[in-house]
Amino acid sequence: MRIGLFIPCYIDAFFPEVGIATLELLERFGHDVDYPCDQTCCGQPMANSGFNTECADTEALFVRNFSGFDYVVAPSGSCVHHVRDNFDAIEQTDEVKEVRTRTFELVEFLHDIQKVDAFPWARFPHRVGLHNSCGTLRRLKHARPSELHEPFFSKPLDLLSKVAGIEFVTPARPDECCGFGGTFSVFEEVVSTKMGYDKVSDHAQAGAEYIVSADSSCLMHQQGCAERIGVQMKFIHIAQILNGVSA
Amino acid sequence: MISVHEPIDSGGMLHPELRAEHDPNSIMRDGRRLDHAEGTSKPLRVLPEPQPRGAKVRGNRPVDQQEAAGRFIAAPEHEKMHDERLWDLRQKRDREMHGIAEWEELRSLASAIKEHTLTHLDKYLDQFETNARANGIHVHWARDAAEHNQIVHGILRDHGAKSLIKSKSMLTEECGFRAYMASVGIEVTETDLGERIQQLDNEDPSHVVVPAVHKLRTDVAELFSRTIGTDPDNTDVHYLAEAQREATRPLILDADAGMTGANFVVAETGTFVVCTNEGNADLSANVPKLHIASIGIEKILPRMEHLAVFIRLLSRSALGSPMTQYTSHFRGPRDGGEMHVVLVDNGRSERLGLEEFWTSLKCIRCGACMNTCPVYRRGGGLSYGATYSGPIGLIIDPTFNKRKYSNLPYASSLNGSCTNVCPVKINIHEQIYAWRRVLVEEHEVPLAKKVAMKAAGVLLSRPMAYRAAIAAADTALAHLPRFIIYNGLNAWGKHREVPHAPKQTFHSWYHANRGGKP
Repeated sequence: MRIGLFIPCYIDAFFPEVGIATLELLERFGHDVDYPCDQTCCGQPMANSGFNTECADTEALFVRNFSGFDYVVAPSGSCVHHVRDNFDAIEQTDEVKEVRTRTFELVEFLHDIQKVDAFPWARFPHRVGLHNSCGTLRRLKHARPSELHEPFFSKPLDLLSKVAGIEFVTPARPDECCGFGGTFSVFEEVVSTKMGYDKVSDHAQAGAEYIVSADSSCLMHQQGCAERIGVQMKFIHIAQILNGVSA
Repeated sequence: MISVHEPIDSGGMLHPELRAEHDPNSIMRDGRRLDHAEGTSKPLRVLPEPQPRGAKVRGNRPVDQQEAAGRFIAAPEHEKMHDERLWDLRQKRDREMHGIAEWEELRSLASAIKEHTLTHLDKYLDQFETNARANGIHVHWARDAAEHNQIVHGILRDHGAKSLIKSKSMLTEECGFRAYMASVGIEVTETDLGERIQQLDNEDPSHVVVPAVHKLRTDVAELFSRTIGTDPDNTDVHYLAEAQREATRPLILDADAGMTGANFVVAETGTFVVCTNEGNADLSANVPKLHIASIGIEKILPRMEHLAVFIRLLSRSALGSPMTQYTSHFRGPRDGGEMHVVLVDNGRSERLGLEEFWTSLKCIRCGACMNTCPVYRRGGGLSYGATYSGPIGLIIDPTFNKRKYSNLPYASSLNGSCTNVCPVKINIHEQIYAWRRVLVEEHEVPLAKKVAMKAAGVLLSRPMAYRAAIAAADTALAHLPRFIIYNGLNAWGKHREVPHAPKQTFHSWYHANRGGKP
């Protein structure tokens, strides 16, 4: 299976270890993984702010980079959400549609396509709080959001529970947005950071040593908030735990 | 509804009698307890945290929601109470939801009934008018706020009415009704407790269901002491509510006319329904002989059997209670009385024609989207500077004035919780996203944002330039590359730390470890 590895801009710049873990994890399952070197971004920052026309060239570049793979996999829920649900600044040719439907977020890929039943190399003997980013929770439907009267399910918990030694703690408001919200984090920084303070405090109160998430952007924001208010907490991407990081 | 908060520990200011027996602070240096006049006198009053006021509204200029939200957050007692109070409503809503096996079906049904009705609006409005007239109700049509106010004024003038009692109605807020009535010399008294508080404070409601939820009881005590003469030091909610009751009751008994809104209108019966928890709408409607109901044209339902679906959803979504205390059906004037219904458009027909936004007309004003919204809970309803606040406000307000409310669709993290709690399944967060596009296309966003976004679009579509920017970012003043922070490095770092720059990017690691072009 040929997989195109999509590493979003902020992971490239700030969290290379998340990209490395994603690559290694996919390689563990015997996939032929390629990282197209001309990739930049999916266009979400502009589209999210209402500037759809401004992301047309970026979207076209994305399609050029990722056309022809069996799957495109990214360790980021919000970017995949953009590609799948809002990627419409360019003409919707068959090629564009093909790339959009073949793009998956890592947890989805492992859970639904790869159908992983074990991570024998992974051990993480820590108390973790799971942060479902809003993009994965309510758009990609990683899990049942608390607002809906539907049977409970959680793909990230399914995967993480196959990791030896892991222990989960649940905050009082498990689905509350952490306040990142893409450009919201700078355009509405006061509300954004207050939400972040509350989020990390809630996890700390639940006794989490680590916050784990499928979105590094939320983690980047939460880490910045925790450091500012002095909450002792570590942040880790789900790819790192599943790839057997030794903490 | 009055909000209750616990006073902060006042430490040394605490009244000696309230201190613990062995509190060392109550013992003087010579070992005697304070028992003289000064020691047992009233404690010095700890000044309560003043209430942060709402957004500064300056004519047509764009409302700065963030500035007002920032002031609300800077008042920690208010922000904490507000967040916790509304989160409590959300939790109660969840409990009620889990008690109804067919909850999701009910939501779908309610959404479908509204969709059908809105797509046959003319037919059902005609049907209502015919049936209402047959019931003896006078039916009026108002194109906009001004017409509504003039029609109501006309009815009052015909009856020589000088005073009006009314129950809570968001439509009359839309119409600037109280201000208009004041200008023509008619005394209006709000009878909903929360709305009365807001009226006395000359403030808009901050929430569609709990209009004074942003106030602490200390705020209300201060307000009532100023306006109805209560003891400023008494913040007991029962005392305050009773004092208001005593002050308002005579105005209700003497009023010349009464006004209500309506939650639902039934076409087949020509009747309407008002849902309240305080019974104040029934007083407003039944004490005076003249009853005027102001009703938005989107409130209509085809048949009585449809009403049950909405009654089951409304209060569960709003307050997490199975039903409102009162669900009053108004079928026609009582003997010797008169009943008028004013059906108001005020932009609704135009909204119905907006392909991406027309479903916002399904809204039943339950406020569930506000209760669940993390931005609303932190910033308070008055920060929006508009009739409708919270997620539903973000998608309705711009239909009234695109320029003035151009910042509002940005007051959202697009988390989507609003859409999930909405009892009529309005895709609120998708409409917020769509509004941003519209506002950009119609040039209603600030130039700085536009310049930054255009630059980002150029940079992100050119791999070479992009790589150069990433490399430069490390050494620049900024720890964040430009494309993430745009013109807002300060905005990121003001209240949170910037991420630690790693030794190398993933891009360079990949080249070093997996080959590929440099």
